[in-house]
Amino acid sequence: MNQDEVRKQVLAELMRIAPELEEGEVVPGKLLREQVDLDSMDWLNFLVALHERFKVEIPEADYAKLGTLDQVTAYLQAKAR
Amino acid sequence: MIEFKLPSLGADMDEGKLLQWKVKPGDKVKRGDLVAVVETPKAAVDIEIWQDGVVHELITQPGTTIPVGMVMARLLESGESAPAAAPAPERRPASPAARKRARELDLDIDKLAGTGPHGAVTVEDVDKAAKPAAPVDRNAEMRKAIAAAMSRSKREIPHYYLSETVSLERAAAWLEAENARRPLPERMLMAVLYLKAVALACKAYPDMNGHYVDNAFRPASSVHVGVAISLRQGGLIAPAIHEVEKLPLPELMKQLADLVKRARAGSLRSSEMSDPTITVTNLGEGGVQTVFGIIYPPQVALVGFGSVSRAPATTVVASLAADHRVSDGHRGALFLAEIAKLLQQPETL
Repeated sequence: MNQDEVRKQVLAELMRIAPELEEGEVVPGKLLREQVDLDSMDWLNFLVALHERFKVEIPEADYAKLGTLDQVTAYLQAKAR
Repeated sequence: MIEFKLPSLGADMDEGKLLQWKVKPGDKVKRGDLVAVVETPKAAVDIEIWQDGVVHELITQPGTTIPVGMVMARLLESGESAPAAAPAPERRPASPAARKRARELDLDIDKLAGTGPHGAVTVEDVDKAAKPAAPVDRNAEMRKAIAAAMSRSKREIPHYYLSETVSLERAAAWLEAENARRPLPERMLMAVLYLKAVALACKAYPDMNGHYVDNAFRPASSVHVGVAISLRQGGLIAPAIHEVEKLPLPELMKQLADLVKRARAGSLRSSEMSDPTITVTNLGEGGVQTVFGIIYPPQVALVGFGSVSRAPATTVVASLAADHRVSDGHRGALFLAEIAKLLQQPETL
C-alpha cells in the first residue's frame, strides 16, 4: 500500500471518530490532538480502528511516535510491510 | 392493569416527545425490555419497562409531547385477562371554540396535547398542532436543559468544594504494565481507575452517594456513577454505569466505552439517565488543572479529576463538590482521602 492510500485510510478512520472534521482540514505535520477534539477514549478507539484495518499491533510504548498524520502514516506503512 | 407512565429522565426533564413505540398491543414484555423511544431536551432515550406484562393499549401517539408521569400505555399483568369491552375512549376536555377549529383543520382533538386548565385543549393548542413544527435547535434545547438543572442546583444545594493532589505514580505504573500485556482493543484508560476508586470510596462514605428528595437524604445501596460525557455537537450528558463498586476494571472499561459510544450516537437507556447516584467528571483531557463542579440534583456529590501532571511526579488534582445539607467539609476531606488511598492500590481496584 502506498503512502497516499495509507493516509487516505487513516483519515477515513479519523473522520469516523470525529465526524465534524472536513477533508483537507488536517495539517499533516501538526499534532493531531491539537487539531482535532480527541479525548483519550476517542484516541483509543482511533488506534483500535487502525489496528483492525491495517492488522498491526500498536504497543502503548509507541503512542509517542504517533503524534501527527505524517507520523501515523509512516508508522503504519513500516509496520504493515 | 399496569399503567406505563413517562418516567423522569433527570432533573432537567419535565416533558418528553414520544418518537416511536417498540411494542404493539398483544406483545409480551418483561422487566428491562425497551418499549419506546422518547426525545428529551438532551437526547433520544430508549425507555425500559420495569414490570412483566402484555401490552393492552398504546395511548400516546408518536410525535406527541407529554408531561412526565402521564400514562402512555396500559398493560395486562400476568394472568390478567383483557377487559370484556374496551373502555370508551377518554374525551379530552376542550373549549367549544377549540373543537370547532379542530374540525375546520381536520384534526382529531382527542389526540392533541392540551395546555389549558386540567389539560384542556385550547384554540392555541389546535393552531400549534396544525402548524408545521419549527426546526428544533438541538444545541439551544440542550443549553436550556443544562441551564435549568444547574440553576436548580445552585439555588437549592449549598455546595462546598475541596481538592487534593493525588499521586498517580503507582496507578500509572500499574496501568502501563497491565496495558502492555493486553491486546489493543482490551486496553484500559486511567478513567476506569478513577470511577472504581470513587465507587469504592462511596461504600465507605455513603453520605456522598444517593439522592436528596423531599427534604431528606436517601442513601443509595449501590453506586451508579454518572459519567459526564461531552457530545461532539456540543453539550454534555451524564448517564450512569450501574453498580460500579462490583465491576472488575476490564468490565468497567467495556461498559464505559459502550456508554460513551451510545451517548454520542443517541441511544441511551432510561435507567442510565434517571438513576446516577454520584457524578464523576474528568476534564483533564483539556489541560484543566482543577474541576469546580456543580452537583446534578437530586445527587449530593460530584467528583472531578483534572489533567495528569508528569513532573516532578505523576499526580492529578481530585476535587469534590458536595451538598452541605448532607455532609460537611470534614467528611468530604475524608472521602477525598479515601479516593487517594484507593488509587495507591490499583491492584485491589
